[in-house]
Amino acid sequence: MPGILRIAYKLLVNDRAKFAALLVGITFAVFLMIEMTSLFSGILKRASATVINIGASIWVMDPAIQTVANTIPLPDYVLDEVRSIPGVKYAVPLYSGTALLKLRDGVYQAANIVGLDDTSLFGRPTLIAGTIEDIFAENAFLAVEDSEFYKLENPKIGAEFELNDHRGVIVGIAHVASSGLFGVPTLYTTYNRALQYIPNTRFTISYLLVEPKTPADVPAIKRQVAAAGYLALTKDEFIQKISNFYKYQTGIGTNMLLMTVISFIIGMSISGQTFYTFILENLDKFGALKAIGAKGRELISMILFQASFVALTGYGIGVGLCALVIWLALLYIPDYAAIITYPNLGLALVMVVIIAAFSSYVGVRKVLKIEPFDIFRG
Amino acid sequence: MPRTAIQAAGLNKWFGEGDAKTHAVRDVSFEAYFGEILYVVGPSGSGKTTMLSMISGILRPNTGTVKIEDTEIWSLSNDELAQFRLHKIGFVFQDYHLFPRLTTAENVAIPLILQNRDWDEALKEAVLDLEIVGLKTRAQLPPVKLSGGEQQRVAIARAIVSRPDILILDEPTASLDGDTGRNIVTFVRRNILSDQRCIVIVTHDLRIYEFADRILKMEDGRVAGVERESLDAQ
Repeated sequence: MPGILRIAYKLLVNDRAKFAALLVGITFAVFLMIEMTSLFSGILKRASATVINIGASIWVMDPAIQTVANTIPLPDYVLDEVRSIPGVKYAVPLYSGTALLKLRDGVYQAANIVGLDDTSLFGRPTLIAGTIEDIFAENAFLAVEDSEFYKLENPKIGAEFELNDHRGVIVGIAHVASSGLFGVPTLYTTYNRALQYIPNTRFTISYLLVEPKTPADVPAIKRQVAAAGYLALTKDEFIQKISNFYKYQTGIGTNMLLMTVISFIIGMSISGQTFYTFILENLDKFGALKAIGAKGRELISMILFQASFVALTGYGIGVGLCALVIWLALLYIPDYAAIITYPNLGLALVMVVIIAAFSSYVGVRKVLKIEPFDIFRG
Repeated sequence: MPRTAIQAAGLNKWFGEGDAKTHAVRDVSFEAYFGEILYVVGPSGSGKTTMLSMISGILRPNTGTVKIEDTEIWSLSNDELAQFRLHKIGFVFQDYHLFPRLTTAENVAIPLILQNRDWDEALKEAVLDLEIVGLKTRAQLPPVKLSGGEQQRVAIARAIVSRPDILILDEPTASLDGDTGRNIVTFVRRNILSDQRCIVIVTHDLRIYEFADRILKMEDGRVAGVERESLDAQ
């Protein structure tokens, strides 16, 4: 490390009170920013849980669909029409809806019911207990062991429940990539059984799951589906559409953005003010360095180094603290929806860099203005 | 004839414009020589500090020239001037301006560090200079743990560590009691002054006048006279 930066480092860290105040400010801001954005990422991921878990390449739906949870049933002929599109390898129906279960102790519990195509079972979850063939048995359902599993009274294979006066039996326990957003457990069964057990509207297909022959066929399939008056979205597009709905049409995005901005402002205020005080207290020393022969750019490099060091250290501690809190929260609160993503970390880093730049700017301005002559004048 | 270290000619400095214009230094010319201690004395507001700043390359005069050895310092760019100060001029500030968060040795090593010398090597040299000023055992202490006289000696060690030709001391005894002040100046005279070095001291302190080779008196921004022309007479 160049000597001038080593001096800057020692001036900073040896002033323990200021250094601690700066670190606390940045750490607090980073913690809040990452916590907020992670929470939002968690919510967005859970909102798309069905899309992620089913994993189809293309989803065909009514154009008015905003989110996977609010289905608008499609007529059966759409399935035939989509299957006839050149480039479609196969297309299967999916049922997705909610139902009220009556558990063995008499308690009613809402649940997501996913009905898989009877022939292919396309989109089936990974089983951790039982065999997939058992789904064709009488009254068979698979229970998903996610954060809501306990609401089904932690069923074992063979556990029974009532659904709309029909008997249901758990024949397998499954694992999925993501839990749902709305705090209800999920059961998988066959498409036809779902229609048989749950009261339905005239049209019954919630979504059509389509696999193209090649990725190059996707645009043509989307065009043909659009020509039929429906909407075909790739998995990523559907997840993005759901994200956009929660970001822009529910107020959740605005609230999270607001909290993130407030965290940023708090962090910038604390750090900027503390760093400014730190610079003010050392102003005569910077003036003395200038008189001795330090060049302006050397003083700027000292301040930039100090601001960057404190910002990155605070960033590291903030990220670590946030990861620890989320980990602890997930240990004790399985429903806790927060995931730290690279974009979250990147966003927080950008904001920390802005805080460091702002703090440096006020410091640099002050230091460049000090004249060595002022040191002589006292 | 002693070698000229500083040659100031026709220095003028004013601050402000119009009615607010203050003429701090008026047409000051003088020379300082290697091997001498030149005092600059005068009442407050007489222009001592302004003049000192101009001859040390810190404050640009409105008119006039300052030549240190063969270099016309005010013809240098800002970076060149900073480099010149770093290598040629040592400063002892009135309030010392030591860094409380650095050790005494690190404070002394600052000019060497600014010269991009290796950190450990700079610290070794700093400790040697602390030995010259009798503070080797205090090298690892922060300056705030030292007495006023010791801090002044640390400031002197910092000023001489890069072996400058010119040493500028601004009110070196102002914050010290009488005995300590005399000891400091005696120390400077005996151990710091050499044939290769010129020392300029700005002071109000009558108690240390006896240590000067020459005394430049300033009043109202002008040179009012020079006492003890002994070196000139050589």
